[in-house]
Amino acid sequence: MSHRTSLGLDNRKMAFWAFIGSECLLFGSLIATYLVYKGRSVVGPYPHDVLNIPFTSISTFDLLMSSLMMVLALAAVQRNDMRWAKVWLFSTALLGIFFLCGQVYEFTSFVHEGLTLQRNLFGATFFVLTGTHGAHVSVGVLWLLTLWYRALRGKLTAANAMTVEITGLYWHFVDVIWIVIFTVVYLIQ
Amino acid sequence: MQDQKSAEHGHPTAAVYLRVAAVLVILTVLEVGVFYVPQFHGVLVPVLLCLSAVKFTLVVMFYMHLKMDSPFFTFLFGGPLLLATAVILALMFLFGAFTLRR
Amino acid sequence: MSETRGWRSWVSTTDHKRIGQLYFYTAFAFFLIGGLEALLIRIQLAKPENSFVSAETYNQLFTMHGTTMIFLALMPLSAAFFNYIVPLQIGARDVAFPRLNAFSYWVFLLGGLFLNSSWFVGPLFHAGSLNVAPDGGWVGDANLTERQFSPGVNIDFWMLGLQILGISSLAAGFNFVVTILNLRAPGLKMMRLPVFSWMTLVTSFLIITAFPVITVGLVLLMFDRFFGTHFYVASAGGDPVLWQHLFWLFGHPEVYILILPAMGIVSEVLPTFARKPLFGYTVVVYSGVLIGFMGWGVWSHHMFAVGLGPVADSVFSATTMLIAIPTGVKIFNWIATLWGGQIRGSTALYFAVGFIAMFIIGGLSGVSHAVPPADLQQTDTYYIVAHIHYVLFGGTVLGLFSGIYYWWPKMTGRLLSEPLGKLHFWLTFVGMNLAFFPMHFIGLLGMPRRIYTYSPDLGVAKLNLLSTVGALIIGISALVFVFNLWRTRRHGAVAGNDPWQGATLEWATTSPPPVYNFTVIPTVESRLPLWRGEHHAPMAPLPATPPQPIHVPGGSWWPFVTACGLPVLALAPLTHTLWIAFVGVAILLIGIYRWAFEPFEV
Repeated sequence: MSHRTSLGLDNRKMAFWAFIGSECLLFGSLIATYLVYKGRSVVGPYPHDVLNIPFTSISTFDLLMSSLMMVLALAAVQRNDMRWAKVWLFSTALLGIFFLCGQVYEFTSFVHEGLTLQRNLFGATFFVLTGTHGAHVSVGVLWLLTLWYRALRGKLTAANAMTVEITGLYWHFVDVIWIVIFTVVYLIQ
Repeated sequence: MQDQKSAEHGHPTAAVYLRVAAVLVILTVLEVGVFYVPQFHGVLVPVLLCLSAVKFTLVVMFYMHLKMDSPFFTFLFGGPLLLATAVILALMFLFGAFTLRR
Repeated sequence: MSETRGWRSWVSTTDHKRIGQLYFYTAFAFFLIGGLEALLIRIQLAKPENSFVSAETYNQLFTMHGTTMIFLALMPLSAAFFNYIVPLQIGARDVAFPRLNAFSYWVFLLGGLFLNSSWFVGPLFHAGSLNVAPDGGWVGDANLTERQFSPGVNIDFWMLGLQILGISSLAAGFNFVVTILNLRAPGLKMMRLPVFSWMTLVTSFLIITAFPVITVGLVLLMFDRFFGTHFYVASAGGDPVLWQHLFWLFGHPEVYILILPAMGIVSEVLPTFARKPLFGYTVVVYSGVLIGFMGWGVWSHHMFAVGLGPVADSVFSATTMLIAIPTGVKIFNWIATLWGGQIRGSTALYFAVGFIAMFIIGGLSGVSHAVPPADLQQTDTYYIVAHIHYVLFGGTVLGLFSGIYYWWPKMTGRLLSEPLGKLHFWLTFVGMNLAFFPMHFIGLLGMPRRIYTYSPDLGVAKLNLLSTVGALIIGISALVFVFNLWRTRRHGAVAGNDPWQGATLEWATTSPPPVYNFTVIPTVESRLPLWRGEHHAPMAPLPATPPQPIHVPGGSWWPFVTACGLPVLALAPLTHTLWIAFVGVAILLIGIYRWAFEPFEV
């Protein structure tokens, strides 16, 4: 699908960067809501009561490593090395699944400690922001596993490099949003 | 950081990616360190914002390949990013985040 | 999949011209529905203490009128032109993502049906008919929209309907950004792009940045209504004003989304019928871009009565006044385009000139709102309603009609009747001024907006009656227009390629164009390729048949199937039934996977 384009850029890649730009406004509004309501909860639990920095640091490290796996997957596809492409694609997805498990664990432990969506503004803003991020990660995992499955069936080759590149853009963006969330929600309390 | 392989986009090598990953890990460790070390609490917010901005930039420039790609993509991403930042700051201001507090 | 006739070919179409027609007819139908709602409103207000409709019904009428006109009529009518005209103007064979384009249309149709079904489905929700349509105003201010104060499904319909429609707009936004930037014919540099295509580009950027903000606002509302959160509840530390910020951060760019395409149309029509290039093309383009940027800096001028404080009020007052500048620049350039031109008085030109005059009036009242102390008197009164309708009816609607009379021959191969068109214009012009000008006075005399009746002591009864007469005249003008459309399908004069001697590429091909648009993609050497320029001969005519066979994609069912997943998903919260959500998600996933993996060559 390499038709001549006016700017010499791939249509899908351009569309995807536009989409990522749009997502900046989506997450920006959620982060703004979180920040605007910080300190306004009428009752606890408050952030310092429940946030577990060591645990979340591991989640952060997990996502950063998954981004590394993703670029290695893309590099493998680009040089038509499907064996390593499968390894890295699956590893990226697996780390994504670990992240999601970590989120589930974190959410359930918060609920046990009394922090629910309904309890206070911290609960509401925290769960909606991180939940939206988690939903994005879930979509990404599904996307990666689809690619991995196609690679298993021999239907993924260097000709699909652009598809994998775009998958990477999505995955890294989700990672980058987490970088912001980790700082703004967890570290700056 | 050198670009060696593939003529098309000037792909970084695996070595570059690993180095970026190492820097990201170190930066994260630093962030957590600043959080835990009481002496840094005065400068906590600006330091953390800077460190996370560097991480953000590294992932975007290298993993998302923005540094090596057309500047147009930087515009396509950077514009809305700037806008989102401005919206966050404006809303924070409108809800009293930057006033001198009790 | 290469059928060209029958309903199957329409449901599976990915041809931008067909999708443009689908948008046009659907949007126009919603325009008539919104107009009917307006007439009912005006009948109720024709005299004080009227009882034509109840207060509850009235609330639904004005809510649905606003929501329908903005999201189901005006935006999609603009989209009809984005779809049909932009690929032709840029010398392309279709948009960048034809299936995504089809998806946008089907989501729009289904979202519009979802929203309007609320008029009829009251009994399914243990309420009477005409009882569960959205009733919180098109702005849906919290905390009126909280479950506590709006316990029924009305607001749920509104919130879910808007979320569905937002997806349609976002998809179209991405599509047109890529199309306009990447699919231009050789030689068609950005500063040779027709102004309508430029304005489509700016509008598309506004859509993709602004819609996510209202998405978040609506999601927070959904969580308050369904999951017991307190995002907009003051007693929990929340703030209803947050809703207003999130809404208007979207809402103000939205009004530029509504006006820029019409401004683009006017910028095409005036030069054609003055036989003179647009005066100050570069400045007009930059002004449009500037309006897009600056539109992000003014949103709280909708909130001057909320108590944001003197600093916020002053800042937004200043930014609002500043944005009048690029707008004024455009107006001067349009007038200068007409000045000294060889004017041919077609209906399209009448509507374009009408746009300029009416938009100036709307702009003047707008500038008066920019002064917070004055706005405290004006806000939430009919003075604002006057402003809205001068800019949106006098502006956008007149601009869109101009576009319809201009481009209908290209789309159908037939000219609309000029005598009927002139009649339509004058009825519209007189009707709208009679309907909306009195509202300036009605508002300043103290009548608030969004009230179902008023006291005779207010002294606005005669003015209201005048306004109602104006609305009825608008209604008649719509009938004249529909008659014109219907009649000229068979009896209209054949248009030929270029009935107006236009300058831009859409006039270089047949009317209607062949499915592949151009027999040969032209190389463009100037801003006005079909006209003789100082250094350019007019473009040579294109060959009658393509020198080589041109591949045309055969269409796809998956955009339609995927689109169906969205209203199904929306039914789940509406009916508080979880399993329906899984069905909706399943439809979405199946549709997306089949779409992703089907062989489809553009």
